[in-house]
Amino acid sequence: MTGQGVGASARRREDDRFLRGRGQFVGDIRLAGMQDVAFVRSPLAHATLRGVRIPDAVRSRVFTAADLAGVKPIVAVSGLPGFKKSEQPVLAHDKVRQVGELIAMCIGPTRAEAEDVAATVTAELEELPAVHDMLAARARGSALLHEHWGDNVFLETFVDIGIEAAFDAPIKLTRRISTARQCMAPIEGRGTVAYWDNRMEQLVLYTGSQMPHIVRTGLAECLGLMQTQVRIVSPDVGGGFGYKGILLPEDICLGWLAMRCGHPVRWLEDRREHLTAGANCREHDYDITVYADRDGTLRGIDCEATVDSGAYSSYPFSACLEAAQVASILPGPYDFPSYRCRTWSVATNKCPILPYRGVARTGVCYALELMLDLVAREAGLEPFEVRMKNLVRPEQMPFDNITNKHFDSGDYPQALRRALAAADLEGIRARQRRGEPDGRLIGIGIAIYCEQGAHGTSVYAGWGIPMVPGHEQATARMTPDGGLELRVGVHSHGQSMETTLAQVAHEILGIDIDRIKLVHGDTEYTPYSTGSWGSRGAVMAGGAVATAAREVARLAAEIGAHLLQADPRTVTLRDGAVYGPSGSVTLAEIAHVWYRRPQDLPVSVDPRGLEATIGYKPGRDSGTFSYAAHVATVAVDPQTGDIEILDYVIVEDGGRLINPMVVDGQIYGGFAQGIGTALYEEMNFDASGQPLASTFADYLLPGPTEVPAPHLHHMETPAPYTEFGVKGLGEGGAIAPPAAIGNAVNDALRTLGAEVLQSPMTPRRVLAAIAAAREGTA
Amino acid sequence: MKPVDFAYARPMDVTAALSLLAEAGPSAKVIAGSQSLGPMLNLRLVQPGLVIDITHIAELRLVEERPDGISIGACITHADIEDGRVPDVAAGALRDVAHGIAYRAVRNRGTIGGSLTHADPSADWITMLAALGASVTLRGAAGLRTIPVEDYMLGALEADLRPGELLVSVTVPRLGRAARWGYYKLCRKTGEFAHAIGACVVDPERGVCRAVIGATEARPIVVADARHLIGDGTQEQFDGPAVDELARASGMEDAIVRQTHVVALRRAVAGAAHR
Repeated sequence: MTGQGVGASARRREDDRFLRGRGQFVGDIRLAGMQDVAFVRSPLAHATLRGVRIPDAVRSRVFTAADLAGVKPIVAVSGLPGFKKSEQPVLAHDKVRQVGELIAMCIGPTRAEAEDVAATVTAELEELPAVHDMLAARARGSALLHEHWGDNVFLETFVDIGIEAAFDAPIKLTRRISTARQCMAPIEGRGTVAYWDNRMEQLVLYTGSQMPHIVRTGLAECLGLMQTQVRIVSPDVGGGFGYKGILLPEDICLGWLAMRCGHPVRWLEDRREHLTAGANCREHDYDITVYADRDGTLRGIDCEATVDSGAYSSYPFSACLEAAQVASILPGPYDFPSYRCRTWSVATNKCPILPYRGVARTGVCYALELMLDLVAREAGLEPFEVRMKNLVRPEQMPFDNITNKHFDSGDYPQALRRALAAADLEGIRARQRRGEPDGRLIGIGIAIYCEQGAHGTSVYAGWGIPMVPGHEQATARMTPDGGLELRVGVHSHGQSMETTLAQVAHEILGIDIDRIKLVHGDTEYTPYSTGSWGSRGAVMAGGAVATAAREVARLAAEIGAHLLQADPRTVTLRDGAVYGPSGSVTLAEIAHVWYRRPQDLPVSVDPRGLEATIGYKPGRDSGTFSYAAHVATVAVDPQTGDIEILDYVIVEDGGRLINPMVVDGQIYGGFAQGIGTALYEEMNFDASGQPLASTFADYLLPGPTEVPAPHLHHMETPAPYTEFGVKGLGEGGAIAPPAAIGNAVNDALRTLGAEVLQSPMTPRRVLAAIAAAREGTA
Repeated sequence: MKPVDFAYARPMDVTAALSLLAEAGPSAKVIAGSQSLGPMLNLRLVQPGLVIDITHIAELRLVEERPDGISIGACITHADIEDGRVPDVAAGALRDVAHGIAYRAVRNRGTIGGSLTHADPSADWITMLAALGASVTLRGAAGLRTIPVEDYMLGALEADLRPGELLVSVTVPRLGRAARWGYYKLCRKTGEFAHAIGACVVDPERGVCRAVIGATEARPIVVADARHLIGDGTQEQFDGPAVDELARASGMEDAIVRQTHVVALRRAVAGAAHR
């Protein structure tokens, strides 16, 4: 490590502009003649659209589905057998299927004036019964969203791996566990600025996107354009978490409008649109049974899981990725012999469900880890003892689990042991026996997960969604002054890639990271990529940059050898220079010769110069498996239901860390979101499908006083198949907190006989659980 | 969301404000700190023709301390009170409650008069000021009228503000030397709207024993003589079942909601006992 390379906690190069307020987000872009767009959205969850009344005075400033002839709906099909296709219209024409669905777009010189226009437009809607409860939606006789389906199920999956063998287990516990519908909440909402570039004959669309190339592909298909006619620019992005991995109807509307109007147009999502019409995630229901022996050995898991997929299959991840993943990852980091799981992806009159940091893992971890604590209680064991009985052991690695997930490496029990020691389990148990002077109840809870990251072609080909990641490409190119440009198709929405990918290139080439420029977020300048999602940036783009940088190193070494009049086999590249048997030449000197003094090069010089675009895949593309043990200590006030997190320990193994400081930041951020899932965030709907929160006064997010500083410890088990041994870990912090906090809450409530099995664990749910236990109805 | 197009006026005295109000009629909205009205404008929940900004009216920022209490101008901010720029005649209750309102950014701009007029049941001032026996003074074309603060709130988001009237000041009685007060609110998180509030004031010199259950669905439940519920304000005499029954009789149907309100009042009383 040279202080800048892989493993260095280099300062974030992005922060200078961000901390000075000089970041450039979509909302900062000003184009001459730009007009603002406001949408007329459906006020009803489910209705027949009879017509749209537009006053003559504003007719030229309002556009409806009738104007969008030839624009195709958004279709995200899964290749899984039985999947039913939905068509998400860009603007509604015959029906609306969610509150907030787009009906018309209105333009004005300012957003306020566009809203004035929108206020004069009337949608003639005939209300239909709304489908708001995913379990009721599965039942015969439910109202239907997509009538020709005959039911409301996007996809049903079923797997049975010898579950009967578990039926004679002495411990059998069944519970219903559920997680709320949430809204992922990046600081920056969605937004799009679009214009038609006459010179380039190209639609240019600025949008904060995690995956600009995927947006280009999807947008071009919907608008009927060649992909060379579309350029997506994703400038600075103020958080994504999955929400900015989605092609929205708004993007297509703006693209169409820019071509139609001949001037730039802009739509900036406001928080009400974001909460009520755009960002939905996470709503799961589990009917789960766990079979175990008296010593805590797991015999089998039997589960029926339902996911509320909302009205449409969103692009590109589809309506079924969440539920289908539930089936494949529910077994967690454990080794047990029998498993059965049935899942339903159910259509309801809500926003489409979108992938949110951790995707299905957060719900799965909550369901499974809560059940393991119940097993411990039933068996009279400490919860950690049940984990120790069943965790995959280090000597089993690499390990193919019951659903054929290939756990690449690690020591799961060691992570748990370290976390328990840091959390002082013995001390907490003693404190519980003493009792608290203020009458609160103390509880400690653990949760463990492993996180598949950077899973590639073989995994996604199986899902069959519109996007399958292949080789990840990067371009590395020396500049005439000895600097380096990197071009990657992933995009940072907060991951510090300008810093960390420069560190990777520095590791290979020794060029100072301040002289390495990362170009990303623009389809015009970067190689195709599926983008930033699934904890893949460090593994895939990191690997691609390393590969491309190595090729540049090889090319530079050859030129260097010529300049040193040495045999190429005798030279080495280190610290930014090529060393031969008798002297050295810097990369800057080599670049100078290649670009500016070609007369000094031999005729046989490799014409590729000092530039390489190369694709990269890990040795196995089944994904890296980072993992962590979380231990929460909480105090529950049994009179008010309030929960305070007293202490929180995370022991994380992300393989080799490119930049430990950046990793810590990732974990802190995920942890904060995990607390939101555990205790605060919930998007409720009434029986008519109306979302009940439209501001952050109603949709609660944790703030600084709700997020204590976790104690963070690292293990670094190198991944066997990736460059440098890096593992993906971007989502992990958000996965375990609901489970760890939930187990701690239930541990605290144990003396009262109460259990909370629903997140978020609100004061009301805690009090209801206590009351139910008191009344014997638990 | 952006507000509708509206006219804006910034009168420099109350008389000018009242004549603007009279001219514009119901399409006018008075704005002070804009911490509630601002979001409502943006969400187009209110669509006024005229917004009258009263923050530059000097007399609405006057504070007048008297032997029996204090009169606080309607445009005094929560931060003014929190920071002690307004004398606290209530043995620290005003500063303490001000300090717990929302977030500092809100307190910097939000005003005591605005909070009372917005009449959000979960707001702090309505509950604590009702416990203190405070009153509000309104000025309109017909002159001044002064009413108890709890009567000013008619219901959720509804104040007893007659056409053309403006709240000009809040009067808080001075507590006696032996007085004790308690205030306890339950919030999901720091700065968030309360979901239950309890407040009490016991002032033997003045023969006052008041208890208030706030953050209800509508007006706070004010018990002007609360001796049967909280005794002399020590926790031992707190009659939880009676408070629960009072809440039920006041329309609080949900057992868990009642429980949290009973707990909030019990803890307010406990706080008073230790003050």
